[in-house]
Formats: sequence, C-alpha cells, structure tokens
Amino acid sequence: MRSLFLFIIKFHAFFLFISLEIIAGYCIFQYNYYHRSSFLNSTNSIASGLYSAKDSFKEYLKLGKVNDQLLQENAILRTLVKKSFYYNHVEGITIEDSTREQLYRYIAAKVINNSTNKRNNYLTLNRGSIHGIEKNMGVISSNGIVGIVKDVSEHFSTVLSLLHKDAKISSKLDKDNYPGETTWDGSLPTQAELSKIPNHIKLNKGDHEVTTGFSSIFPEGISIGTVDAFHLIQGESSYSITLNLSTNFRTLDYVYLIKNVFSKEQLELESISQDD
Amino acid sequence: MINLVSINIVRFGILILLQVLVLNNIELFQFVNPYLYVLFILLLPVQIPHWLIMVTSFFMGLCIDILMNTIGMHIAASVLVAYIRPYILGVLIDRGKKDAEISLNFRQLGFERFLLYAVIMVFIHHTVLFYIEVFRMTEFFSTLGRVFLNSFFTLLLIVMSQFIFVKNTKD
Repeated sequence: MRSLFLFIIKFHAFFLFISLEIIAGYCIFQYNYYHRSSFLNSTNSIASGLYSAKDSFKEYLKLGKVNDQLLQENAILRTLVKKSFYYNHVEGITIEDSTREQLYRYIAAKVINNSTNKRNNYLTLNRGSIHGIEKNMGVISSNGIVGIVKDVSEHFSTVLSLLHKDAKISSKLDKDNYPGETTWDGSLPTQAELSKIPNHIKLNKGDHEVTTGFSSIFPEGISIGTVDAFHLIQGESSYSITLNLSTNFRTLDYVYLIKNVFSKEQLELESISQDD
Repeated sequence: MINLVSINIVRFGILILLQVLVLNNIELFQFVNPYLYVLFILLLPVQIPHWLIMVTSFFMGLCIDILMNTIGMHIAASVLVAYIRPYILGVLIDRGKKDAEISLNFRQLGFERFLLYAVIMVFIHHTVLFYIEVFRMTEFFSTLGRVFLNSFFTLLLIVMSQFIFVKNTKD
C-alpha cells in the first residue's frame, strides 16, 4: 500500500494529466456528440451577457446598413398592404376556412453571436424558452436556410449552423423534386455540397435547391442554394454537386425560428411505425 | 510572489476577453482564427509546480470552451501542452539557470529560444485542437493546412505581444 502511494506521488503529474484528459474526453462525447443541454455552453447567463454586450456594441457600427435593409423591407411590405391594391371585388364574402389549420409559426430573433471560420459553427440568438423556442426548431433567414436550434436557455438559444460537420439537410431540386442531402465540407462559408442526386437527371448551373419538408423541422420549399458546379464521380451513380448557398452566413443579422405545430404528433407517429 | 499571482490572473482575464470578443471574429483568408489564449500557458512562471500548470490550463480551456460551445476540445489541447511544458523547458533552459527566477519572455530566454519554445507549444496545441474538432481522417490535409495557417497567426500575435509588453519591464 505504501509503495503504491509512493508510486502515485512520484508520478502525480502524469496521473493528473491522464485524469484531466479523461474529463475533457468525457465532456467532448457527452456534450458535443449527444447535444445534451447543460450550463456548460454559451446560453448560460455570464456568457450570453458577454455576447449581448458585444453585439450591442457591434450594432452601432452596422446601423446604416440595417436602416437600408429596413427601408427596403418597408417598401416591400407597403406594396403588400390592402391600400396598395385596387379593389375590384364587388361582393366580398369572407369564409372561415375550417379546411386550413396553422402548421408553421414564425418567431423573429436577432443573431448575437455567429461564426463562419471554424469547421463547426454555431450561432447564438436572443430568444429562449420564454419566447417559445424549443430544441430542434428550424432557423431560416429572409434568403434561405440557416440551421437548427441546439440548446435553449430562458432568454437565449444556440443554433447548429448549416456550416457544421453534423448538419445534414434533406433537400430536393425545385424543378423535378429529386431528393438529395446537403452537407458542408468545411471549405467556403458560401458553398455547400449536395449528394445522392442520381446521374440520369439533367442538371443545369443555377438550378434551385430547396428543403423537402419530410422532416418536421423545415417547411417545404425553403431555399438552400443554387447549383454552382457538378461532375460525375467515377464508378458511382450519383453526382458530386457544389451549391452556392442562398444565405450569406457572414452578414447574418436577423433570423426567423420556425415552430411546427404538429411536429410532436408527426414524430410520435413515425416512432411508432419504426418500432414495429 | 503576490505580484506574480495578480499578473497572471489579469493576464488570464484579458486573454479570454481578447480571444472571445476580438480574435474569434476575425474573417481573414477564410479559416484564420488564432488562439492567442495559449500565451497564458506559455508565460506561466517557471517556479510553479507541474500540477498547478495543468490545473490552471484546465480552467483556461474550460472558460474558452464554455464561451465557444466546444466543451472539452480546448481543455484537452490545453492540458496536453501544460503537461509537456516542463519537458520542453528542461531542454531549452540551462540546468544551472533553472532554479533562478527566470521569467519566460524573449529578453531573458533569448529570442530564438523563446520562438522555438512558442513554435513547439503552439503547433502541438493547434494540431490536437483542430484534429479533435474535425474528428475524421478524410479531411486530413485540409485540417493540416488549418493547423499551419492558424499556428502562424497565433505565433505572429505572440511575437507582437512580446515586442509590445516586454520592453517596458526591461531592467
């Protein structure tokens, strides 16, 4: 026993090193690969406070640009209000439509922290559980898809960006509905990879790629990007396609979170079918 | 001694803020994200025991990890360089000088030795960090490119910080 103690004391640095590395390894697998929510991420109050302060400082520098954007958006909205339409309907009858039910709800949020220069990128948003944000909600910008909510605290949420090695978006070609899969290869934040499109399909540069709506996360037809380049892989029956992403991740400022009202019902039903 | 402790605590705080608020927002050549916080581990005093270097490095890594949503990755890389630090210094510093109060900057250690020390530490740290982050062998060469590019910028910042801060304390 005594010699064991002496042994441990003699090599205490090595044992400490090993145990600290085991803690680190445990953390890596526990939190990064299984997406457990915990206080050990940037939704905790100190970290999110720090990022909010940084963002409010950055806001001042961007005011001019944001004003321009808002002005443009106002112009578009003005054209949509009732007053800007010529009213040629003679007998207006409003029908309470019972065949339609709200499926998706949108919640606007501001990006308070964002990165594009890492292999795995995350965003932090200023909306949290008190605003109705839940895990696995879809996030889009006004141009296209952004990512999926990973962790939620009371006032903040973190989003797994499309620019992440674990991001896999079920997608399809807008023109003929062929399903594929969009991933990011870690190179440019303006481009993504599209796979699983069979080689008998005629592709053109500029073809639109949109979401499928198979998963309960994104509605159908949200823009992902346009085809930039494609080539056949030797010995395989599918294309290797590069997409130009619709969303500019570098200048991301305001985003919308999508709440699928029926997602719980859909997932429960699908899990029952899979169990059989 | 108290002076030495407070200097290191201040350095700890400043490097975290600098890392999170400034360096993580750099958008240069696509992949550049220097991790200057390693400088804290590099500059810890020689006199402090091996276990304390590892424990403080652990907390440095933990703080960075929490702020960057990468729990574990920076801890793993930081603890590793903290562990090998005394062995590298053992080779670089003369035996006789070892017990004397030498502070690790490029004036007392000599520019070449300090640079060699920084290159080894930063390169090991970045290699471990980026390969854990990617965690696949298919992107081996692009990750290696990232390691070299980011090590270069981290070292550039370390050398610049030495030129800015060490001059004043020359005696």
